[in-house]
Amino acid sequence: MLNPSKSLDETVLAKHVKRASPMRILIIEDDLEAAEWLSKGLAESGHVTDHASDGQTGLDLAVSEPFDVLIVDRMLPKIDGLEIIRQIRAKGNKTPALILSALSQVDEKVTGLRAGADDYLAKPYAFSELLARVEGLARRPEVEPQQTVLVARDLEMDLLSRKVKRNGQEILLQPREFKLLEYLMRNADQVVTRTMLLENVWNYHFDPQTNVIDVHISRLRGKIDKDFDTPILETIRGAGYMIRAHQP
Amino acid sequence: MRINLKVLKTSTFRLAAIYLTVFAISIGAVLSYVYWNTVVLLQDQTDNTIGAEVQGLAEQYRQRGLSGLLEVIKDRSKENTGSIYLFTNFVGRRMAGNLNSLPVGAIGKKGWFEFPYAVRNQTGREKHIARAFHLELAGGYKLVVGRDVEERREFAGLIRTALFWALGLAALFGVSGSLLMSRNFLARVDTIAATSRTIMSGDLSGRMPVTGTDDELDRLSQSLNDMLDQIERLMSGMKEISSNVAHDLRTPLARMRARVEAALRSDKPKDQREALEATLEETDRLLATFNALLSIAKAESGEARVGFTDVDVVDLIEEMADLYEPLIEDQDGSLRVHTDPGTSLKADRQLLAQMLTNLIDNVMKYGLDPKTGQPHIELRGERTVDGITISVADKGPGIDEKDYDRVTERFVRLEESRSAPGNGLGLSLVKGVMKLHNGELQLEDNKPGLKVVMRFKN
Repeated sequence: MLNPSKSLDETVLAKHVKRASPMRILIIEDDLEAAEWLSKGLAESGHVTDHASDGQTGLDLAVSEPFDVLIVDRMLPKIDGLEIIRQIRAKGNKTPALILSALSQVDEKVTGLRAGADDYLAKPYAFSELLARVEGLARRPEVEPQQTVLVARDLEMDLLSRKVKRNGQEILLQPREFKLLEYLMRNADQVVTRTMLLENVWNYHFDPQTNVIDVHISRLRGKIDKDFDTPILETIRGAGYMIRAHQP
Repeated sequence: MRINLKVLKTSTFRLAAIYLTVFAISIGAVLSYVYWNTVVLLQDQTDNTIGAEVQGLAEQYRQRGLSGLLEVIKDRSKENTGSIYLFTNFVGRRMAGNLNSLPVGAIGKKGWFEFPYAVRNQTGREKHIARAFHLELAGGYKLVVGRDVEERREFAGLIRTALFWALGLAALFGVSGSLLMSRNFLARVDTIAATSRTIMSGDLSGRMPVTGTDDELDRLSQSLNDMLDQIERLMSGMKEISSNVAHDLRTPLARMRARVEAALRSDKPKDQREALEATLEETDRLLATFNALLSIAKAESGEARVGFTDVDVVDLIEEMADLYEPLIEDQDGSLRVHTDPGTSLKADRQLLAQMLTNLIDNVMKYGLDPKTGQPHIELRGERTVDGITISVADKGPGIDEKDYDRVTERFVRLEESRSAPGNGLGLSLVKGVMKLHNGELQLEDNKPGLKVVMRFKN
């Protein structure tokens, strides 16, 4: 979630994000200052935001207008954040939703996901983490589940034969390295944070204090980038990692 | 003895009173049984004797006539057998017997009756009661045959007196005994109440008096004392935590404040940017500390037990090894894993994993081999007789045995490790997680290094 050793470098982030297509995001948050900073950050990253400061207004907006992503605070006046998502889902609306909460416990996360949310982020969060997750959500529908080959530039991953090739040359990966690369490739062109990796590749929901994830990444990089001129696995300073699907 | 109304309300007194009533009823029942049995039996005997005599006399009358009867009565009257005879003519004049005249109670009556009569003895005359049978013969003759029943009456009286005394004494001793008992009980309860008031007014060091008899009040006092010990420990723990939290949060906040102030004074954008970046880092560290504190509090409160699932210890340890192996290899260290197959545990998987990462992180920070600076870690998951033992051992400088207890307390950092990054909460979380799982945490000398042993019971 938070990485004390890394500071946020928004310029690098913004450079990447501005290339991505702008999204329309609804923020349902009763803390006005928090909402304002969030809006500002998302706008700087090229997105358009709407804001609702209570649950009822948020619910009305969410069902009446098209949004790419909903950012919903867990505790809201009038209608609770979980309830909003439940009601939206009951109406058949599948807009990806991210729950924000000051309650950081793992079981809270489970409750959020059960209510129909797509992701969960504990407050306080690093903006880069939120941005990475929001963009991840917006892209989610593009990944087809039945897809058996993932491609990013000259890197190819066959999910059935579990073979990875770069430029036609086979690369041998350990099972964990394969899972790591698979997650990065499925989320190509978006920043993946260390916490997202720990959550999705290892299924652990906490921060290890040392740089364990970085070492896994550098091992993977050693295998997929070492013998090639252009690195495919990039480090986004202050945020995480990214694989680009196309030549920049 | 001043009877306090409170005494009468005690449960001891109530119990004693109930016991006393039951006791009195049973004494009464036993004595009444004895009384009725003996008195009725004795009366039957008397009646049988009299009946037999009457029959014998009637036999004499039939065989020998009036004169024969009179002769027999006279003979028998002379013998001092305790029997009473009287034979009168139709006007009531005595013709034979040892009774002067027909007793008042017998006039105009037939059958059984009782009457007083005078008996001559060494000291003079005394009144006795006799029981007799009154029979009227043809020609107006009257025959009275009776026996002195004074002894029987005295015996019945004795039993009655015994009954009253027994009941009276039982009541007296019972009531006064239960009053005494209740007063004694009340005095001890009052002491306990007084002690608890002192404790409530803020003096947590007060303890309930224990007499050493190990009775129910002693046991109650003892468990109250144990509870107070626990509360006192928790309270002093809380106080220490609060002051530690205050200290450990105030220091970085003060640093941040100074930095921001300096940045505001400076007009160089570069300085300001640096200050902001440093502040962000500091905030993140503070938040990490807060999150760690929350995790510990959550683990210690026990509420997380709801989320317990079957956790495969082999999988868990292998996943941890998998997660950390590249990092350890990068530092030329070694990671050895030993697991007994099929070890599983009812536990919170996330918290167990977090506990293990805390311990491995600790080795990476404080448990490096002093000569080479490399981490050498051994992870073990073993099945024992009564549960499962997980251990994390290193080849680092280890911890002095006297510090074993201290290092698991919140914010405690040993002098040797102060220079390394950290918040002093890692082992506190381990301790909290073990408590949540009713497990046991033990630090051991790994010779060299530290071995953290976590025992889970089945």
